[in-house]
Amino acid sequence: MSANTAVAEKYRNNFLKEIEEQVEMGDWVKMCMQCGVCSGSCPTNFQSAWEHPPQELFMMIRAGKREEVLSSSSMWNCTSCYNCIVRCPRKLPITHIMHGIAEYAHRLGMAPKMQPTRFFSGLFWKNATHTGRVNELKLSMGLYFKDGFVQGVKNGMAMQSVALGLVKAKRLNVMELFGGHKCKDQKGIHAMLKKAYEIERSRKTAKMAG
Amino acid sequence: MADIKVGAYICKGCGLGERLDTEALVKTAQKDGKVPLTKSHDFLCNADGVAMIKNDIASEGITHIMIGACSRRAKTEAFHFPEHAVARANLREGVVWIRPDTDEARETTQEMAEDYIRMGCAEVKAMTAPAGNPNTGGSKTLLVVGGGVTGMTTAIEASKTGYPVVLVEKSGALGGWAGKLYKRTPVHEPYKSPADTGVADLVSQVQADSNIKVYLNATIGKTDGAPGRFVVDVATESGATHTEDIGAIVQATGFTLYDMNKLPELGGGKSPNVVDQAGLEALATAAAAGDGVIRRPSDGAPVKSVVFVQCAGQRDTTGQHLSYCSGFCCNASIKQAMYFKDTNPAVDTTIIYTDLRTPGNGEDFYRSAQEKGVIFTKGKVAEVVPNGNTSTVKFNDLILGDTDASMVDVDLVVLATGQIANSGINIDALAGVAEEEGAVEVKPISILNLTYRQGKDVPQLKQGFTDSHFICFPYETRRTGIYTAGPVRRPMDIAQAREDATGAALKAIQALENAELGRAAHPRSGDLSFPKVRLEGCTQCKRCTVECPFGAIDEDEKRFPVFNESRCRRCGTCMGACPVRVISFENYSVNTVGAQIKAVDIPDEFSEKPRILILACENDAYPALDMAGMNRIEYSAYVRTIPVRCLGSVNTIWITDALNAGYDGVMLMGCKSGDEYQCHFVKGSELGRTRLSKIDDTLKTLNLESERVRDLEVAITDIERLPEMINKYAAELVAVGPSPFKGF
Repeated sequence: MSANTAVAEKYRNNFLKEIEEQVEMGDWVKMCMQCGVCSGSCPTNFQSAWEHPPQELFMMIRAGKREEVLSSSSMWNCTSCYNCIVRCPRKLPITHIMHGIAEYAHRLGMAPKMQPTRFFSGLFWKNATHTGRVNELKLSMGLYFKDGFVQGVKNGMAMQSVALGLVKAKRLNVMELFGGHKCKDQKGIHAMLKKAYEIERSRKTAKMAG
Repeated sequence: MADIKVGAYICKGCGLGERLDTEALVKTAQKDGKVPLTKSHDFLCNADGVAMIKNDIASEGITHIMIGACSRRAKTEAFHFPEHAVARANLREGVVWIRPDTDEARETTQEMAEDYIRMGCAEVKAMTAPAGNPNTGGSKTLLVVGGGVTGMTTAIEASKTGYPVVLVEKSGALGGWAGKLYKRTPVHEPYKSPADTGVADLVSQVQADSNIKVYLNATIGKTDGAPGRFVVDVATESGATHTEDIGAIVQATGFTLYDMNKLPELGGGKSPNVVDQAGLEALATAAAAGDGVIRRPSDGAPVKSVVFVQCAGQRDTTGQHLSYCSGFCCNASIKQAMYFKDTNPAVDTTIIYTDLRTPGNGEDFYRSAQEKGVIFTKGKVAEVVPNGNTSTVKFNDLILGDTDASMVDVDLVVLATGQIANSGINIDALAGVAEEEGAVEVKPISILNLTYRQGKDVPQLKQGFTDSHFICFPYETRRTGIYTAGPVRRPMDIAQAREDATGAALKAIQALENAELGRAAHPRSGDLSFPKVRLEGCTQCKRCTVECPFGAIDEDEKRFPVFNESRCRRCGTCMGACPVRVISFENYSVNTVGAQIKAVDIPDEFSEKPRILILACENDAYPALDMAGMNRIEYSAYVRTIPVRCLGSVNTIWITDALNAGYDGVMLMGCKSGDEYQCHFVKGSELGRTRLSKIDDTLKTLNLESERVRDLEVAITDIERLPEMINKYAAELVAVGPSPFKGF
């Protein structure tokens, strides 16, 4: 039984309770009064980019629409501008809840795989933790080739002049493609992150097992 | 009338002396006004000026006083001569403050002032000092009808103020609706949980009070008389009748829940597991007496999931159910959801609402319910399908746009049906008013059994709540001395009802005190004048008895009108209605206004100085004009304004007289009428307008254009709009041309 089916079985008809217990700041969801100020304040213009604006996500949680919420790309579109938090009359930490739900969906393997924000987050994390430093050339290359080799070449060609400009201004070193700069104690960093990950995983697993 | 001696006094203060030729005004009063004793004073409202008038009263035997100074609404304490007839010429707000201080304007401004002096002199001569209503009664006892929270609070408050109370309750116990509640919505910090109803405390206060006489199982057999001298028959269950002398009445007969059997689509009456809010209170009370678990009525199993359906049969647009929001039910459902959550947080409680309305501190209560885990779903319930011991609630989810949303296996469905006023017989129903859309079917049992000509109960609004001036006089019904409080007046909760009860008690006390002194109640509080009828001239047309908005006029055996002065509010609607003009007040009559209209100097048609008569309602339009003056907003110098008590008091003879005298136009300014009326006399402006709608015939017989009479709906806030409307009308009249009646 996957983690997802196990937890879904555990909460059966009470998705709200699941969110309250499993998602960081999830216990705030019940306090939403559906005024829609968050949606109106969102600079990402949810109407085109967001499938479901925040207050609608909260209502879907209450209505028990588990699949739809967890597989939604909506919360991944949050740019953490904090406008909604500032404006929410009920003081809900909406930004944090969005990230909380996104993280939970990711953990359960329900998040949309190729959603750009999610893809980039993974890429960034891998890139930064690998050497302890962000390798910008590899990061952008990775993003260009997200949708396959042909599309990657096309993206690269489109950005050619920008890249050349950066090279001329000594903002981009082509040699970074081979190895690149790194921090002094890579092993230490890896060990530290591994430990942190273990701590978090054991905590969250315990919570899910409940 | 033989001993009239008039003194006219013209003030020079507040810039009147600089802007106007006051010596010429004195001469006008003496020559045109025919008041030889005319004086001017530098500062009439100061002690010296008032002393001058008082001295003339003492030494010269002045009986009638004309004061040419500020508006009649200003300096009322200084110019207070209750024993004398007083007229005021409004030279300040009505003339100098609304005219520019320029050389060109000087002549027309002076003419305006002179006309107001002539009008004042003419008016005061047609007046007598009001002596007060002689048919008074001095009963200080308050009758409270209804022993619920509102009634008991009224009784306690009145008793604490020192007035004896008779409390009549139809059922066998005090408490009313609130007595059936398990708990109430909280009214104190921290507004988090249901609170004790407090009914037991109220009942014990009433029972312990020797000043309150309680009749249980009793109804009102008959209510006769007028404020200060009501005679009320209290009929008890045993058949005995007790007669009580009553000063004023507070009707606190509360409400009945809308019958859920009229909502079969929501499962009303189809399953014992679908209840209204009263039904749930009963379940909760029964549970509290037992193990605290609320049980499903069908089989006694503990309720695991409950759905509250808000606006059940309310805010209905189809015309089948209640058109209004009852205001209390959202908080009540939140409270009832907490009955479940407070005993067992595992019970699923869902409130399906379209707009959550939580007045007062209900917002905190709402938040507390969310914290306790009550689910709020915005949606419109389409159908409740009972099936065995559970039900399916089908609804349109308004947030998720899901028209086929549903909740299954619901143990208990609670319908939040609204309040219907227990307001007795709809006395206007015979006239076909009740057939309007949204009208509510009311129980045909009279509550007060009034012996009034106009019907047995107090008039109602179209939804069945008792009629009152919503903004200014919320408790006052259209029957003087009879007040309504609580949900019989408008839908409300306990906290609002208690506030209402206190207000109504104090208003009722005012009414009985005023009645004893022969004075009017609101809005002309303290007015000593009352309508007098010259019966020799009466044609028994019954217009006054039918039109009186307050049911003050009955008929005798010979079908002549009988005026119950204590019931009268002094609006003058009867005077405006009377086709033979036999009804008048001592200080306000067809003559007092007619004489003013005739006193105005009408320049000939070649002078290019039109004259516009404004008859302005003294409650809203006249203060608005005064305030326009205070703000120095200019308007035409050709208008001559006469305040009237109400548009309803305007007798068409005034308009005919004005047009015959050569006025170019007549403007009538009255309050908004209709369903959302603002008339201080409720129906006055409406009746006045109905009467005046027939003025076109008069205009035709005079061969005049219809533009010559203009009706304007005015609110007290129209301070800037009114001068604009006046100027616009003056310009329109220039286009119409001068009246052909000038110079005859």
